Amino acid sequence: MKLPKSLAEFTDRSRVFDVVNPAVRSPKLDTSHGTILYLEDITVSFDGFRALNELTLYIHAGELRCIIGANGAGKTTMMDVITGKTRPDSGTAWFGQSIDLLRLSEPDIAQAGIGRKFQKPTVFEQHTVFENLELAMAGDRRAWKMLFARLTPAQRADIDEVLNVIGLTEHRHRQAGALSHGQKQWLEIGMLLMQKPALLLVDEPVAGMTPQETERTAELLLSLAGRHSVVVVEHDMDFVRSIARTVTVLHEGSVLAEGSIEQVQRDPRVVEVYLGEQA
Amino acid sequence: MGEHSMLSKLLRSERGSLVFLAILFVIGVGMPLANLLLPASSALHPSTYTLGLVGKYMTYALLAISIDLIWGYCGILSLGHTAFFALGGYAMGMYLMRQIGSRGVYGDPILPDFMVFLSWEKLPWYWHGFDMFWFAALMVLVVPGALAFVFGWLAFRSRVAGVYFSIISQALTYALLLAFFRNEMGFGGNNGLTDFKEILGYDLQARSTRIGLFVVSAIALGLGYVLCRWIVTSRFGRIIAAIRDSEGRTRFIGYRVEHYKLWLFVISGMLAGVAGALYVPQVGIINPGEFAPLNAIEAVVWVAVGGRGTLYGAVVGAVLVNYAKTYFTVAWPEAWLYALGTLFVVVTLFLPKGIVGILQRFRRSES
Ligand SMILES: Nc1ncnc2c1ncn2[C@@H]1O[C@H](COP(=O)(O)OP(=O)(O)OP(=O)(O)O)[C@@H](O)[C@H]1O
Ligand SMILES: [Mg+2]
Repeated sequence: MKLPKSLAEFTDRSRVFDVVNPAVRSPKLDTSHGTILYLEDITVSFDGFRALNELTLYIHAGELRCIIGANGAGKTTMMDVITGKTRPDSGTAWFGQSIDLLRLSEPDIAQAGIGRKFQKPTVFEQHTVFENLELAMAGDRRAWKMLFARLTPAQRADIDEVLNVIGLTEHRHRQAGALSHGQKQWLEIGMLLMQKPALLLVDEPVAGMTPQETERTAELLLSLAGRHSVVVVEHDMDFVRSIARTVTVLHEGSVLAEGSIEQVQRDPRVVEVYLGEQA
Repeated sequence: MGEHSMLSKLLRSERGSLVFLAILFVIGVGMPLANLLLPASSALHPSTYTLGLVGKYMTYALLAISIDLIWGYCGILSLGHTAFFALGGYAMGMYLMRQIGSRGVYGDPILPDFMVFLSWEKLPWYWHGFDMFWFAALMVLVVPGALAFVFGWLAFRSRVAGVYFSIISQALTYALLLAFFRNEMGFGGNNGLTDFKEILGYDLQARSTRIGLFVVSAIALGLGYVLCRWIVTSRFGRIIAAIRDSEGRTRFIGYRVEHYKLWLFVISGMLAGVAGALYVPQVGIINPGEFAPLNAIEAVVWVAVGGRGTLYGAVVGAVLVNYAKTYFTVAWPEAWLYALGTLFVVVTLFLPKGIVGILQRFRRSES
């Protein structure tokens, strides 16, 4: 009989339990070498199928990077690895020089400074727009503290500012579930801003947006670069062209090409596997 | 507070809360007064028996609130909450047993009758301290709280959720049921603890004591309600609702979901323990039957019938279903389980928001 996984963990004699170890306070983010994210030889397989295949990728501090690739290239899986949702079979993932992402849980990674916008917009539908932003707000997240938490005027002002940036000031008291698809996308971006992350992972931000909304999203993301590092996954090539400085092309779980948008578009392999399909 | 949104939300649900607290106050003060002042011949005179019945319902209502707190607001469906209720009840029962002193059938000043009957020489270590009320009262909180903590810690950190959680919580209460049935456990086995005489020196059969217990139950229900209301309207409350709606998402914005669930579960377990502790002196007995998985399911049905996620809905459900049960078990005992099952199916299919949901719909269509 096979033991359930959690039980089997207890029978593993070679394992040192977390409770025995002194708590490791996660160290501060250190980007003194100019790189905020190091992914090296990351492999993820699902039942033998390699969604990521020895992927190696570096993101510089303050850069805005676009990642493109056909459906199933592994873009979302890559974000899953970075945010702790999926553990890779092999490889290393470091946030700056000091934080080993593979040792941290999802909330730890979020608190260390990585924020994520999901491909499918996921906001808290039963909560109001205001409450969604309040929940995402950076700060103490210990359970007992939250019983007594009150918004300070500064925090309120922060939320107001983000409401303004995402253009939802009028909708602040509406239930998030009642928003349009585009508005939900914006709200999720707003939640990302409230978290004040050092690294933003943005999965298909303009899907379902009108051209005007798309343009505003491009402006917003551009304005974030510099102070934050931003990784954007997007299929919309016009959008990518309007914001990208460096583009990485993923194909079958590894990097196919990297460079400026012109370089990448001229690359024959890229033309063959990706851009060719669209033409 | 999240500005107007929060405020209006609070007020909207607060109207129900105000109504509930007002009714509770009227009952909590009015019934004892009517019992004492009106002549027994008056139609408005509630008998001491009725008082006891309503007092018992109030402890059920407290149990229902504790279930709604985790189920309605955080999506944790515990089918073993009677474990905490019964443990609180046993802690109180042990105190009441020790109060009997040498008035038991065997007249032993220290050992309860069932221990003498089993020819035990001395009191088991875990019975010490229960002769003091403050200690027993502390245990009413500590024992269910500790069990909730250990159980919740194991379950939530391995991310056991949904129906799996419900099943193992059911297994928990069943395991306790079997354990408490055993004479060697030292809790009176099959018969449990009963034949109580006094509480804090007051005769349990006396009308004044019964009224006292009734009033204390009303106060406990009111305080428990306010505590839960305060929790669910705090930011903590918004976070647990976020966990209920999208657990993964809540993790990705940096909340340690396990901790939130765990603390909520512990608070809920302790509330259920208090309910059990107030239940026992009013019904005069606690036996392993209180751990029965069926009881736990019944308590969940109360909340579903009343309407979950409102707290007062849980109270409404607990009172109505128990009233129906009291009626059925006298008029038509064998039908009760079928009636309960039918009720549950009907509510789940047609009234997802329970009775409170119907009332809300009426009010909305009026305005
Ligand atoms: N949990 C899973 N179990 C099995 N296979 C999976 C799982 N998640 C992803 N995959 C597979 O891994 C591959 C990579 O998926 P991924 O979602 O990363 O692609 P993507 O580049 O984000 O594609 P898209 O552009 O469609 O969003 C796909 O073939 C997908 O079917
Ligand atoms: Mg994807």
